Amino acid sequence: MIRIRDLFVTLGDFTLKNANLDVSEGEYMVIVGPTGAGKTVLLESIAGLYPIRHGQVWLRGKDATRLAPERRGMSIVYQDHALFPHLSVRENILFGLKMRKVRTDEMAKSLRLITDLLGIDDLLERRTTTLSGGERQKVALARALCVQPDVLLLDEPLSALDPGTREAMQEELRRLHRSLRITTLHVTHDFEEAATLGERIAVIGEGEVKQVGPPEEIFRRPNSEFVARFAMSRNIFKGETFQAETGKRLFKVGQILFHVLDGHKDSNRAVVRPEDVVISLAEAPSNGGNVFSGEITQITDRGSTLYITVGLPPEITALMTRNAFRELGLTRGMKVKVFFEASSVHVFQA
Amino acid sequence: MTRNLEKKGDAGIKTGRSFRLSFNGLNLVFLLLGGLILAFIAVPILKMILAANPSILFDSLRDSEVAKSIVLTLYAALIATVIGFALGVPLAYLLAKTHFPGKRLIEGLIDLPIVIPHSAAGIALLFVFGRNFFMGKAFDSVGIRFLDSLAGIVIAMLFVSVPFLIDSAKEGFQKVDPRLENVARTLGASPWQTFGRVSFPLAWRSIMAGNIMMWARGMSEFGAVIIIAYHPMIAPVLVYEKFETYGLNYARPIAVLLILISMIVFVVLRFLLYRGEKA
Repeated sequence: MIRIRDLFVTLGDFTLKNANLDVSEGEYMVIVGPTGAGKTVLLESIAGLYPIRHGQVWLRGKDATRLAPERRGMSIVYQDHALFPHLSVRENILFGLKMRKVRTDEMAKSLRLITDLLGIDDLLERRTTTLSGGERQKVALARALCVQPDVLLLDEPLSALDPGTREAMQEELRRLHRSLRITTLHVTHDFEEAATLGERIAVIGEGEVKQVGPPEEIFRRPNSEFVARFAMSRNIFKGETFQAETGKRLFKVGQILFHVLDGHKDSNRAVVRPEDVVISLAEAPSNGGNVFSGEITQITDRGSTLYITVGLPPEITALMTRNAFRELGLTRGMKVKVFFEASSVHVFQA
Repeated sequence: MTRNLEKKGDAGIKTGRSFRLSFNGLNLVFLLLGGLILAFIAVPILKMILAANPSILFDSLRDSEVAKSIVLTLYAALIATVIGFALGVPLAYLLAKTHFPGKRLIEGLIDLPIVIPHSAAGIALLFVFGRNFFMGKAFDSVGIRFLDSLAGIVIAMLFVSVPFLIDSAKEGFQKVDPRLENVARTLGASPWQTFGRVSFPLAWRSIMAGNIMMWARGMSEFGAVIIIAYHPMIAPVLVYEKFETYGLNYARPIAVLLILISMIVFVVLRFLLYRGEKA
């Protein structure tokens, strides 16, 4: 559907180089990266709104690099929704069809369809300035979908919403995609949002596309420290892999050894997700697992969950629920056992 | 007071929030200084209007020479504004929405008519639109002459007043969020449609304000006009002539009329423009 080849875009100090990305028909792809990683510029380049230095954008097997934005069949929804302030909600939604000189009766039909789908028929006569954040978002989506685009481009569509509305809109986006199956490129800086919505995730940062894959893969098997950090894997270790005489694979970090399952001999980084690390007071089962003793060095309270850092050394962080935390009665300086499966350790070469 | 000063946005300059005037030392001193300049502007104008005898005003309005000159002034300024609109708005759009080498230079050039003395501007125009230069010749061949004619008045007014329109329109276009134009394009609007349906309507208020400023500025032009076209006589020239030949008492009623008409036009247009602003 969309093929991006060696795309090179610049904006001020920022450059994105050699970006390659393939999005298949009907896919929901989330491009995620830190603020200032050039996500919006990438989206605008794909839409033909921003000049490309070199590289190509292919659409449905045709080179669209120089195609005018109005001929690409892509609708964009911006973070602040960018509703036309001089038009009513109805005029906003019908804007695209009017530009395409669609017949009046067909316009009415499309309007009904889209307002039913989004449940916004009661907003039609309102001025856009009187809408709430969630309503604005729905109108912007309705306007984008009304022209039946081949591709929907979403630029941080949820970031401007308050948390409650954001969750509802997330569900709405998922529902819309399930029913319409429009190829969607969604850009965000929020990794959790990416993992919730994306069928695949593309992580960009430091001026390049770092990794592309399903959320599970980005979570479990990051290919670089950047991705691991961005996917909130707090435990990234430097070390080396080697084969023990027993045939088991090991990863050596300082003075201790992790049992690992994957990775080749050149792997020099290991990642363990905090939610895979279990802290207990008693001896934990050790079949094929990694068990260490250490002292709690830090407790970071995040409300319903907590991060507990234990010095083995090295330091390793576990994520636990408030309930478990209370039951164990953990405090700083306490001696505890740390346990994680060999399969939870992902090693790669940096 | 302190509660009011809490910033809601990141940059106070950007949001441009203003507060109810309160009487601290700074505000009092500034109020005094501001009041002086305000009085300097208002007193002569008010004095002249209030001192005028209505019946004399009415008589001079019935004087066909005076009426004609006033109508001519309004009309010539209007033509200049229409030309300025047709040629200036596209330039304003390009300056607001695109980058190109030499843009700063062009922006400086546009403001030049504001800073050069208007009599000098008139001479420069005469030089180019006179019959000895190709532009003058070209217009002459289609029957338009500038010396002592309506066309001459119009180009003089156009020259000195078009910067106001271009600058105001440019500002208007700059204020249009480029993302609105981007959305329009992706929804299928061509660049022309995007301009017509999004950029222009959203910049309309600024463009209209520029039109009003340009018209008002054209109406009040004297220096450049008198060099190119002493006749037919526009109102500011007529005031000058009456003053020179008959003295202050003869010039004053016409001057008062001119001020009144300019003020009425200005107030009415601004009212129409900003009506509904608060909605």
